[in-house]
Amino acid sequence: MKFTLNGETREIAVNPATRLIDVLREEFGLTGTKEGCGEGECGACTVLIDGEPVCSCIIPVSQVASAEVTTIEWLNGGHPLQKLFMDEVGAQCGICTPGMIMAALSLGPAPTLDDVRTALAGNLCRCTGYAAIYRAVLKWRGMPLEDGAGGAVVA
Amino acid sequence: MRSATSLDDALRILRDERRTPVAGATDLYVALNFGTLEQKRFLDIWAVEELRGISERGDMLVLGALATYTSLIRSPLVARRLPMLVEAARQVGGVQIQNRGTVGGNIANGSPAGDSLPVLAAADAVVVLRSVDGERRVLLTQYYTGYRATVMRPDELIVAIEVPPVEGKQWFRKVGTRAAQAISKIVMAGVRSSHPRIAFGSVAPTVVRVSRTERVLASTGDIDEGAGVLAEEIAPIDDIRSTAEYRLRVATNLLRRFWAETS
Ligand SMILES: Cc1cc2nc3c(=O)[nH]c(=O)nc-3n(C[C@H](O)[C@H](O)[C@H](O)COP(=O)(O)OP(=O)(O)OC[C@H]3O[C@@H](n4cnc5c(N)ncnc54)[C@H](O)[C@@H]3O)c2cc1C
Ligand code: FES
Ligand code: FES
Repeated sequence: MKFTLNGETREIAVNPATRLIDVLREEFGLTGTKEGCGEGECGACTVLIDGEPVCSCIIPVSQVASAEVTTIEWLNGGHPLQKLFMDEVGAQCGICTPGMIMAALSLGPAPTLDDVRTALAGNLCRCTGYAAIYRAVLKWRGMPLEDGAGGAVVA
Repeated sequence: MRSATSLDDALRILRDERRTPVAGATDLYVALNFGTLEQKRFLDIWAVEELRGISERGDMLVLGALATYTSLIRSPLVARRLPMLVEAARQVGGVQIQNRGTVGGNIANGSPAGDSLPVLAAADAVVVLRSVDGERRVLLTQYYTGYRATVMRPDELIVAIEVPPVEGKQWFRKVGTRAAQAISKIVMAGVRSSHPRIAFGSVAPTVVRVSRTERVLASTGDIDEGAGVLAEEIAPIDDIRSTAEYRLRVATNLLRRFWAETS
């Protein structure tokens, strides 16, 4: 089976029913993608398939045949969003962070706080209380740290 | 697991062997990870492009079985003809689930908590089933024979959902514990016209149209009378998520809100 992984064409022989997350972590050693709940609820395992965020813990690898898969490793540690997550303390234990960042990457160029909330609704964080995460994402896009009604929610 | 690349291919495989279809896997793989899945042999239909489109055929809105929640949300056609389905799709899971979960999977999975089901029931939608032997059409309200039991045969696939034109104001609400994650506790979809059409999810073993309530509202327009009949008509499921009494109260409140907001 062939697919594109972080920009490179890869080929593997694996049971097509294997979960995508297991292929990423065990076959390719890409352990940046985390497993939290294993049931689609927490978003820790979020990767992009053809640019759209999905939970890799509930996807059979057969479904990425000829698709483009992007994981947190693609950012190489130097992405502005990664730096902002650190600066704003949007990452504490860090389990949710790769998934949060991958989900945030699919946001448009000028997201409101509401857009950020919606985009990250499928990502749970037990540590930060979310405000620092929303702040990091809004600052990355150069957007005001307020909701539409003008209440300073994440400042 | 086998993967089908075309509809013919998929239907031939299902004629020859028993396999469980896999669409977006958002129900199946949760069960698999949980260890509660009995089936072991699968047929991945995700790559069957013919099942993916959203279009108009005659006066029917046609949703391919593999249409995802995201594609419903993005479709101008669905926004124009069936806005209550867009509303329902927006409230399913998070973006990750919306990107993979399909309308065909929601129907076939048969959970009485499926969010698209009350919408499709209220819209008089028709499920299109196909096997190598041909196609048949079943009203969504006649598709379920009991809790998670359907008329679909093992050699069939849901290929599409056909929705006739809907006259009147459309309304959708879901009451659950956590908007993005919870499988809904109570879902209601309604269409307000001279004969209102009202459907509930999670109040019975299957999605239900409350036809007695509809008739009372159509003939008297009296919401108190309608709410009274509703209480007699539905038998809420008393499960781990909430008690029957609570569900009944929520259902009645939803009916009243629908009536007030669509008047
Ligand atoms: C975190 C999370 C949140 C969720 N939130 C919601 C929610 O808010 N509301 C809601 O309604 N659901 C929710 N779900 C459930 C699920 O996402 C939906 O039911 C979804 O529509 C299932 O579609 P699927 O394509 O993923 O189905 P799959 O898991 O692929 O399949 C489900 C069942 O349908 C069968 N099937 C699928 N397609 C076909 C077909 N074309 N023909 C015949 N049989 C078929 C399969 O064999 C299987 O039995 C949630 C799930 C998760 C993991
Ligand atoms: S680990 Fe995949 S959603 Fe939680
Ligand atoms: S930082 Fe610990 S779960 Fe988010």
